[in-house]
Amino acid sequence: LLGAVSLSVGVAILAMVAFVLTRAWPIFQHNGLSWLTGGASLENEFARMNAATVNPTAADYTLRAWPLIWGTLITTAIAVVLGLFVAVLASIFIVELAPARVTRVVIPVVRLLASIPSVIYGLIGILVLVPYAGNHLITEHERRSLLGTVQLTGAGLGVTVVILTVMITPIMIALICEALSTVPNSWREGAVALGLNPLRAVRAVTLKAIRPAIVAAAVLATARALGEAVMIQMVSGGKSFAPRPGDGIDFAWEPLRTLASAIVDYREGLASPPLKAAIYSFALLLLFAAFAMSISGYLVKLPLRKYQTRG
Amino acid sequence: MSTNVATAPSGRGRRSSPLSWRWSDRVVLVLAWFVGILLCLIAGAIVVYMGVRGIQYLRPSLIFSRPQASGSQAGSGGFLDPVLGTVVLTVIGIVLALPLGLASAVWVVEYGQGGRARQSLARVVESSIEIVAGTPDIVIAIFGLALFQISLLAPFSFKAEGGGVFGRSFVIAGAAMSLLALPPLYTASRDGLLAVPSHMREAAFALGKTRITTIRRVLIPNVRSNIATGATLGISRIIGSTAIVLILLGSTLRIETQGSVPGISLLRGTGSSLTSYVYENSPAGEGGAPQKAYAAAFVLLILVLVLNLIVERIGRRQESSTGLTTTAGVV
Repeated sequence: LLGAVSLSVGVAILAMVAFVLTRAWPIFQHNGLSWLTGGASLENEFARMNAATVNPTAADYTLRAWPLIWGTLITTAIAVVLGLFVAVLASIFIVELAPARVTRVVIPVVRLLASIPSVIYGLIGILVLVPYAGNHLITEHERRSLLGTVQLTGAGLGVTVVILTVMITPIMIALICEALSTVPNSWREGAVALGLNPLRAVRAVTLKAIRPAIVAAAVLATARALGEAVMIQMVSGGKSFAPRPGDGIDFAWEPLRTLASAIVDYREGLASPPLKAAIYSFALLLLFAAFAMSISGYLVKLPLRKYQTRG
Repeated sequence: MSTNVATAPSGRGRRSSPLSWRWSDRVVLVLAWFVGILLCLIAGAIVVYMGVRGIQYLRPSLIFSRPQASGSQAGSGGFLDPVLGTVVLTVIGIVLALPLGLASAVWVVEYGQGGRARQSLARVVESSIEIVAGTPDIVIAIFGLALFQISLLAPFSFKAEGGGVFGRSFVIAGAAMSLLALPPLYTASRDGLLAVPSHMREAAFALGKTRITTIRRVLIPNVRSNIATGATLGISRIIGSTAIVLILLGSTLRIETQGSVPGISLLRGTGSSLTSYVYENSPAGEGGAPQKAYAAAFVLLILVLVLNLIVERIGRRQESSTGLTTTAGVV
């Protein structure tokens, strides 16, 4: 009986894939795999889908979702890279450098940052950071340079990435700290005895030893960042626009939409069959991305298991 | 900057002054301190800011009055319903997730060792829970919607006037929440069970107890604090989840019941939680009542803080030296 209960989770996952796949199928039927590419205005496609009746025509299913995918990729990538940098430094700080008194403060702080609900981050973002960026950081010149394409309000890539970084860094810190504290102390002492200063020792020995854990932390954080929906929906500006790195500093202020935040945006549009299929196709993509992250997380942790019983 | 470096104590009792280090090492040292302090500042800023706003806007009347449909902030009432909604969702989620997580952990640890078939099954369970942990909550939400819209499961759902199945209700949202709470529960109880020394099991077996009795009388009481930690982490995930509420509970702020049987009508009804209340009242939703959003977010933050404290308490009583391990279970 216990076994049956345990396996029910596996069944739930299979059901999840099956359901999401069947609901998303019309999109594949009408677009093949080219819906993953870019093309005409996604905003118009959404509008047409939204307006579609119960018996949609084939044209209503047209979807070119690249702006969403690009938005997801770019926010995740920047946030993870920034966060990794911060997390490694912070972990070294917590485990190796900080005196015990400081550590006792920092660890609960990290834990708190990890457990603040995303809607609170989103609220702060939309009520504090977005207006600040809109009023003080974006110059009139930048606004005018993008006048024809997109409106800069402050909500966009920059704010999104900053908040996302704050949200995913604690996860990485937790994992990296855990790994750091499993490194045998004698290794450190050995390195210091060879004349390295403590920081050199960390870089030469400890960080090398936990490299798989760092990658695992990055993978986990990526999974979290990919799926973050509500916060991004609140602060990203909600325009199906692919930020263009070629725009220089404006790049940071351009609005975007990610796969997850598009689901939140169109959650009321499920009555229209094409839009429903589109939403489920986004969910499917996220689901596969999450699977990929789980698998790569497992693969990355394999070398760790050589030293520990549990990675 | 150099004074800053000089005052920074180098840990691990080393007396070599950082001043004699190479400049690149000094930069890293300063950066590490900077990052550590920055994290504290960010967390402090969030808590203080939300606290100030919360105290500024929070009135007891807000907590005890129901939301009203109204154009003005003064007339739109408080958030009694969202608070109740959060409580209901948490209860449903934990009630569903607790047996599931505990049973899985017990099965994997106690029964999943003997024989190859069992070992591979245990692997399947382990990895499927890991996958659930990695699945974004928005995907869980949209899956719940698809699942409960099929007519077989219609009794669970809130129905439109015309009889259309929405796939939205407290039970459904709670069921989705249980998937969210499952991974921390499972991880915590599994780690607890693994830490129980095997001589305790052997002693129980030697006394003639069966496996089930051993589990019930010896093992589970022993890992109670682990279960509590897992449950608390699960609760804080449930409380914080917005996407599931938005999609599976709909965007009515008031609790609307369905049917006439008191308890069941609530379970089949729709409503809101604190998170969706914050969302709907922020500029992102339709409300545009930031003061209410601040007040509700403050309540939410306090709940999260309290849950954090509880986890810490349990962890300290257990005297685990692992530091951040329990939070790793959250993600």
